[in-house]
Amino acid sequence: MRRDERALRELSPWLWLALALALAAQLAWRAHAPSASVREADLPPAPSAAALRLASFGEPQAAARLAMLYLQAFDYGGANPNPYRRLDYARLIDWLSAILELDPKSDYPLFAAARLYAETPDAAHSRMVLELIYRQFFADPDRRWPSLAHAALLAKHRLQDLPLARRYAAAIERNTHSPDVPIWAKQMEVFILEDMNELEAARIMLGGMLESGAIHDADEARFLRQKLQELERRGAPGAK
Amino acid sequence: MLIEARRSGLVWLAAAALLAGMALSAFLAQLAITESRLLQAAVVAALLRVSAVFLLATQVVASVRREIDDRRLELMLALPVSRAVQYLGRLAGFIALGIVLAAAFALPLLLWAPAAAVFAWALSLACELALVGAAALFFAMTLGQLVSALAATAGLYLLARSMSAIQAIAAGPLAQDTLAHDLARRAVDGVALLLPALDRVTRTEWLLYATPDARSYASLLGGMLIYIALLAVAGVFDFARRAA
Repeated sequence: MRRDERALRELSPWLWLALALALAAQLAWRAHAPSASVREADLPPAPSAAALRLASFGEPQAAARLAMLYLQAFDYGGANPNPYRRLDYARLIDWLSAILELDPKSDYPLFAAARLYAETPDAAHSRMVLELIYRQFFADPDRRWPSLAHAALLAKHRLQDLPLARRYAAAIERNTHSPDVPIWAKQMEVFILEDMNELEAARIMLGGMLESGAIHDADEARFLRQKLQELERRGAPGAK
Repeated sequence: MLIEARRSGLVWLAAAALLAGMALSAFLAQLAITESRLLQAAVVAALLRVSAVFLLATQVVASVRREIDDRRLELMLALPVSRAVQYLGRLAGFIALGIVLAAAFALPLLLWAPAAAVFAWALSLACELALVGAAALFFAMTLGQLVSALAATAGLYLLARSMSAIQAIAAGPLAQDTLAHDLARRAVDGVALLLPALDRVTRTEWLLYATPDARSYASLLGGMLIYIALLAVAGVFDFARRAA
């Protein structure tokens, strides 16, 4: 596209000055204005799934995943030593439920629930998330069993609640029917009762999931290996 | 139409939309802890779909306005060609432009989704763009003003994409069982009858989970073709009434 235009040098110096001043004012204003970071902000109440669906304009899969990234940013950051400690877990549960309703086939909400939010040191908060995973598991057991399997490990090793861990393990045993579900998961209760520490159990679980093809995503595999390394560095809390 | 689109800078805008989509996908891949491939496919597909619709609608409305302002339309009306042929010829040009845009915007999705799913998505997008082109042409010819034509096209498109969600809210279990609510629900259902089912076409879930079965896919495309025919006939009807 070409236009008939005058050379830049023919423009009045006042115009150049005005343009530079306006740009400088904009940069200064933005640099000093408080940033709209969500890291320290309180999580707002969750919208209903119907409202999210309306706002998605017929793109629920994209909206659900963007909502997960938005949710993930709350109370979390590289410099934050205690991520998710300030988070309102009742609201978090509502958000995760609404996002799951928006795209029930997405593994992201329950993966984040099991691997990020349930691993909080606050036992009450952890139990709230574990119960969400347990409730949501029954909607699609053959797809959602990995999150409940991890929930069973957390119940045993972090919460030291063996009956709860066995309840989750029994649910996996009784409700999964797909041939893609590995044998160890179908015998989850035995696995939970084995005399092994959290690190050993996590190693077997991750190895089994990689071998059975339950993990398709390279980022997910990398994230889980990173979690395993963290566990190794911490000396496996809960080790007998 | 294709030459005009190239001259008006549409190619650069389409390239910018593609570039923005790729940059966004790279950024999102850094944030996701799982499903990064699905996240990239879903968000880029949604962005490219709305970009294609916006580009085509503005191109159609601006092109028709230019024809009217330059009095080229009056010149065309004086030619010994029927008005229906003139109108439908113009529409065919915009549909061809929509097909080119749909093909170009579907290509990057091959990075994250199987070819069959991308083909189903692209063909559906081409039909959706043809529908948007027909709507934009109708409103541009009928309403006369650029802003009103763009607003009417955008309004029709966004309402058609939200209609199922609006109907679900209206029929929700917590809704009061009163005469006023019943009338409102019926009004919503009535409006839905007049709109194309754009929330059921060009679905991202085809790229993420599974392609639709042939029967339901053909039914979706058939629905769009019927609406394109409706808009085309309405446009020809209005154009035939136009004083020379």
